[in-house]
Amino acid sequence: MLQIVWLLFTREWRLAWRRPGQLLNPLVFFAIVISLFPLAVGPEPGMLRTMAPGVIWVAALLATLLSLDGLFRSDYEDGSLEQWVLSPHPLALMVLVKVLHHWLVCGLALVLLSPLFGLMLSLPSRVLPVLALTLLLGTPVLSLLGAVGAALTVGLKSGGVLLALLILPLYIPVLILGTGAVEASVQGLPVTGYALWLACLAVLSLSLAPVAIAAGLRIGVSE
Amino acid sequence: MNWSFFHKLGSPKWFYDISGRWLPWFAVATVLLLGIGIVWGLFFAPQDYQQGNSFRIIYIHVPAALVAQSCYVMLAAAGIVTLVWRMKLADVALRCAAPIGAWMTFIALVTGAIWGKPTWGTYWVWDARLTSMLILLFLYFGIIALSQAISNRDTSAKATAVLAIVGLVNIPIIKYSVDWWNTLHQPATFKITEKPAMPVEMWLPLLLTVLGFYALFTVSLLMRMRLEVLRREHKTRWVRDALEKAK
Repeated sequence: MLQIVWLLFTREWRLAWRRPGQLLNPLVFFAIVISLFPLAVGPEPGMLRTMAPGVIWVAALLATLLSLDGLFRSDYEDGSLEQWVLSPHPLALMVLVKVLHHWLVCGLALVLLSPLFGLMLSLPSRVLPVLALTLLLGTPVLSLLGAVGAALTVGLKSGGVLLALLILPLYIPVLILGTGAVEASVQGLPVTGYALWLACLAVLSLSLAPVAIAAGLRIGVSE
Repeated sequence: MNWSFFHKLGSPKWFYDISGRWLPWFAVATVLLLGIGIVWGLFFAPQDYQQGNSFRIIYIHVPAALVAQSCYVMLAAAGIVTLVWRMKLADVALRCAAPIGAWMTFIALVTGAIWGKPTWGTYWVWDARLTSMLILLFLYFGIIALSQAISNRDTSAKATAVLAIVGLVNIPIIKYSVDWWNTLHQPATFKITEKPAMPVEMWLPLLLTVLGFYALFTVSLLMRMRLEVLRREHKTRWVRDALEKAK
């Protein structure tokens, strides 16, 4: 079991690094979306500070969503997804490895970049660790929930917009808790409660989402 | 326990026969309940001591909201039946109920906005309950979009079922987080729920319209399902016979 996890992980890792440009795309998107906001609403630091938690979180959410669109596509097209479904190993475990790898190359990078953008949107520096922590807890949920949508739309040609339509309403709790934590921290209030709730959502989606992703993939492959 | 009725539900022909017999009863119930309830509510129920006559929109608003919410639970239940027992009728029900649920949510939102103007002075506030209804509408849109995007009927049925179940798991989380978000950002200024207890003359018509809306939902769902069943089974003998008889 551990061996298959390791094999899958190294496969994903190698595939990802063969095309390093694709790894960067979500990050560049994240950066551009955030930079649009000061241009649109004006460079006034006070206003940027109030908007910063929401802007960074919405940008992270959209970047994750965009990067998930093609998550299963190449595996679906070259037939390796069918081999996954046919293999004796539990499909839920295999997709979990795939999604976690996706999070590692996309979500984690967003987490590491976020303090920089927090600083640019003039968040006080004591808030930046909180911002990174909430993103660290929240982005796995985004990846896992989004993968459910990606699995359900795997065989479809116009998957992108549909994926957003299916998944964005489900992202709302993460968005509320994440921005709530950062705003509380800006006001000097404790954030433990938010962090625990986010961790709770992360554990819940870690345990339930792989089952739904596997079910979605089985349906998509059977077509 | 005798489960044969449950397995019979899987047969489109049986459903078509039995729903044809039920339909007139539900239609009569809809007309009676909605007619009496709305006339009573709009003309004879006493005025609200604070809101005057504007509160009377409650007789449309609350039933629509209730049906909209229970319709989503029904979708998820139909989804579970689709996935577990592979029952085609559950899939038909899921597909036919989603647009009705979306319309009910829409009616609840629109009547809520119309009601909000005289009561709160604005059409829309980001109140927790309004926001949850808006999200419910988006969830319905997602289900309708997915069911239409996949051309293969079986695949579409299963995928929509999975989405409905995932949505149902998420609804309580969304609901609580939105409630929490609202109490964080602004104090709950408006509480529709905490009215002084309604007198009987006010809630009895409400009860009638609620039942009437459920009957209306059943009638439109059965009609849509019958049409869909005919469309799917149009090559079979019994459909041809039934259509011959209808001529």
